[in-house]
Amino acid sequence: MNYDIVVIGGGPAGLAAAIEAKENGVDNILVIERDRELGGILQQCIHNGFGLHVFKEELTGPEYAERFIEKLKEQGIEFKLDTMVLDINQEKVVTAVNTVDGLLHINAGAVVLAMGCRERTRGAINIPGTRASGVFSAGTAQRFVNMEGYMVGKEVVILGSGDIGLIMARRMTLEGAKVHAVVELMPFSGGLTRNIVQCLDDYNIPLLLSHTVVDVKGKDRVEEVVIAKVDDRRRPIPGTEQTFSCDTLLLSVGLIPENELSKSAGIKLDPITGGPVVNESMETSIEGVFACGNVVHVHDLVDWVTEESRRAGKYAARFVQKQLVVSKKPMETKGENGVRYIVPHKVQIENITDKLTLMLRVDNVYHNAKLVIKDGDKVIKSVKKRHLAPGEMETINLPAKDLANFEGNDIIVSLQLEEE
Amino acid sequence: MYDVTIIGAGVVGCAIARELAKFNIKTIIVDKENDVANGTTKANSAIVHAGYDALPGTLKASTNVLGNALYEDLCKELDVPFKRIGSFVVATEESDIEVLKELKEQGEINGVPNLEIISKEEVRKMEPNLSEDIIAALYAPTAGIVGPWELAIALAENAAENGVEILLNSPVTSINKVDSGYVVVAGEKEISTRYIMNCAGLFADKINDMVNEPFFEILPNRGEYNLFDKSVGDFVNTVVFQTPSKDGKGVVVLPTVHGNFLIGPTAEKVEDPNDLKTTMNGLNFLREKAHKVIPGFPFNAVITSFTGLRAKVKHGDFIIEESKNSKGFINVAAIDSPGLTAAPAIAKMAVEILCKSSGGFETNESFNPNRKPSIHFIDLSDNEKAELIKKDPRFGRIICRCENITEGEIVDIVNRKAGATNLDAVKRRARAGGGRCQGGFCGPRVMEILAKELQTDITSIVKDSKGSYILTGSTKSSSVEVN
Repeated sequence: MNYDIVVIGGGPAGLAAAIEAKENGVDNILVIERDRELGGILQQCIHNGFGLHVFKEELTGPEYAERFIEKLKEQGIEFKLDTMVLDINQEKVVTAVNTVDGLLHINAGAVVLAMGCRERTRGAINIPGTRASGVFSAGTAQRFVNMEGYMVGKEVVILGSGDIGLIMARRMTLEGAKVHAVVELMPFSGGLTRNIVQCLDDYNIPLLLSHTVVDVKGKDRVEEVVIAKVDDRRRPIPGTEQTFSCDTLLLSVGLIPENELSKSAGIKLDPITGGPVVNESMETSIEGVFACGNVVHVHDLVDWVTEESRRAGKYAARFVQKQLVVSKKPMETKGENGVRYIVPHKVQIENITDKLTLMLRVDNVYHNAKLVIKDGDKVIKSVKKRHLAPGEMETINLPAKDLANFEGNDIIVSLQLEEE
Repeated sequence: MYDVTIIGAGVVGCAIARELAKFNIKTIIVDKENDVANGTTKANSAIVHAGYDALPGTLKASTNVLGNALYEDLCKELDVPFKRIGSFVVATEESDIEVLKELKEQGEINGVPNLEIISKEEVRKMEPNLSEDIIAALYAPTAGIVGPWELAIALAENAAENGVEILLNSPVTSINKVDSGYVVVAGEKEISTRYIMNCAGLFADKINDMVNEPFFEILPNRGEYNLFDKSVGDFVNTVVFQTPSKDGKGVVVLPTVHGNFLIGPTAEKVEDPNDLKTTMNGLNFLREKAHKVIPGFPFNAVITSFTGLRAKVKHGDFIIEESKNSKGFINVAAIDSPGLTAAPAIAKMAVEILCKSSGGFETNESFNPNRKPSIHFIDLSDNEKAELIKKDPRFGRIICRCENITEGEIVDIVNRKAGATNLDAVKRRARAGGGRCQGGFCGPRVMEILAKELQTDITSIVKDSKGSYILTGSTKSSSVEVN
């Protein structure tokens, strides 16, 4: 079986990449999705707020996904559902299984990795206590409630104030559960401000910052969750414990790009993002293997996923059409002074026709700061930011003409605080 | 009328059940939990010890060394993962070397083969990730690792295939002596039986006391563990103990049979034989102690933590004997470490005692020692995979993404004897949900398969124990029929 482009993952990233590749002149594309339906996690995100940037309107997750699914079908792009990729090798042979075709070996001209991410678990953050049932990751609970039609609990405590945690606080409330509190380890929320207002404040759900779960009690099902205040090194402070009587603990404690396939293929990963090291084309360390969406780095808005994935699709098409330039010595992006990471990691300016988009996250909350782009000591561009937070991804666009004059080998993004 | 009633379906009870299946007798094994292997067996270090720890002359010493020797064949017959990877006891202080020498000598008296004290250089050659501070080690090549609950489940399944009955969800509440033997009340059932094997683990004292004078007390001892991702599963390839001190054997670091990494246990006396909680102090302690032997270990690759309880007694040795006042009542109790290793030997010994008391049983000529092997889809060749999916398409559907477990495998383990009836039971048998996402993705799917195969409603599927419900009902909107 041969395809010009094989896209692994039929969530928002994979769909956008496939459609964009098709629109850039590649016909022979296959999207492989492990779940029963296209659309990925968007299908369980039945709240609205998606698409403000891409469509200039507010859509629900399934609505947002539907637009891409329809387009995919209109364009006649092939897809396989309920199909799991077991392996990708350096020669871009994709091995997959499903119940209909059995075992598949697919030769791909280019591969786009769009496997998304998974949730961190209770185990990963070592929450002590009993192994009672009733501890769910927020995403699993969301799937049960929104897609399968079952409630997972009546009295709830949520750990983690990322967007999923906030959204689930409202969702559980609307389904008749009592959400006692959203507990956040950090002194600030990891979620969007609008979600704090619309999901917690509107329903009088307290947000307890600088708190964590220190014990889970209950023999069979969760009976109590004990939380405590933490000090500035995030260690629980004895004597500050509060006990909530509840049957459910939802965890929204971070997302991890799912790169098991990338790892076994030998693709170089960035230890900070947990995703592949990519260049301006979203190409990984294996030539012709591209990556986009949450498998590269966790995004806060699907709109940014779409934008990034379109780029991956466009460049994958160019690769297949042999139009992609390979620089001997690409420039590298480097974050300074609180810029935690930048995607892409490498830039071959020859491939940039209009602009370079840098996506980055900072390591703390900052007010009245500047993101300064530098070529060595020379300042190329400066972007003022009233508010920067680790939970919010920042995007900076650099026109191609600015890049052409770079003298050094690094594109540096530095965080500078304004004088008070 | 049953010939033998085994109380407790842990690894020891199940090993005895399988031994008894070799005779033409009617045997039943009862347990209060809703799965076999659900007590001490499901949470321990999974080590097949070489046998140098126990004092010469003790039951622990003899059953450990014999049990270890029996593992190879037993695990082959039962298709249970077992690897003889060897163990180290590492010394960091000069004074530790004396202890290593004592252990070596003790092991040799116990009959442990090929014990050797090796130099720092040899240690580091075999395990380059171990700490520079290690100055020598006692190397025991016969030590190994096993899937503990898999062994118990396989023993139960094989026993059941050979005619042993299994009764779960049935706590024993009373035992009465009658002329013909005993009447055991287990849950809803009254079991008339000629003989009893008390393998009740943490509750063995309570079971004994239902019939006999109390002569031992089980002192539960808690041990907490951390389990790590497969990405760090080969950090060391040997079972690494620290030199024992007065506080016990200390924290062990080792790979698991499935390629994960395990660190544990703590040791803490507790009152409650159901106290399976983990604690922040315990988990911090593990990290601190493990750090001494594997300083570069990425502790952030942890995927879960758990606690096991060991059934200790004051005098320290196993109790494997017929009750002095109650003929045909055999206590197999106080089986703490190295109970898992010793289980195959304990079973043989307990059955010998029973045969002596009863005058012996007729051999079951049709006994089949081999359990039908499980299919591990991901380990098959491409051709085998393709063929299998052609035969049964359910092997073409991956349910557990982390461990690559197919629907076919889950259906199989639900429908076997002593099959899985809940989420954790599936995890123990097929590892679905045991990977890095801990069931985040596959949990709902596994519940669907369970509900379908067991012909029950998905809301009645539990995580583990009877009361560990997962879903509390339907959502508001789902009461409206869609399409």
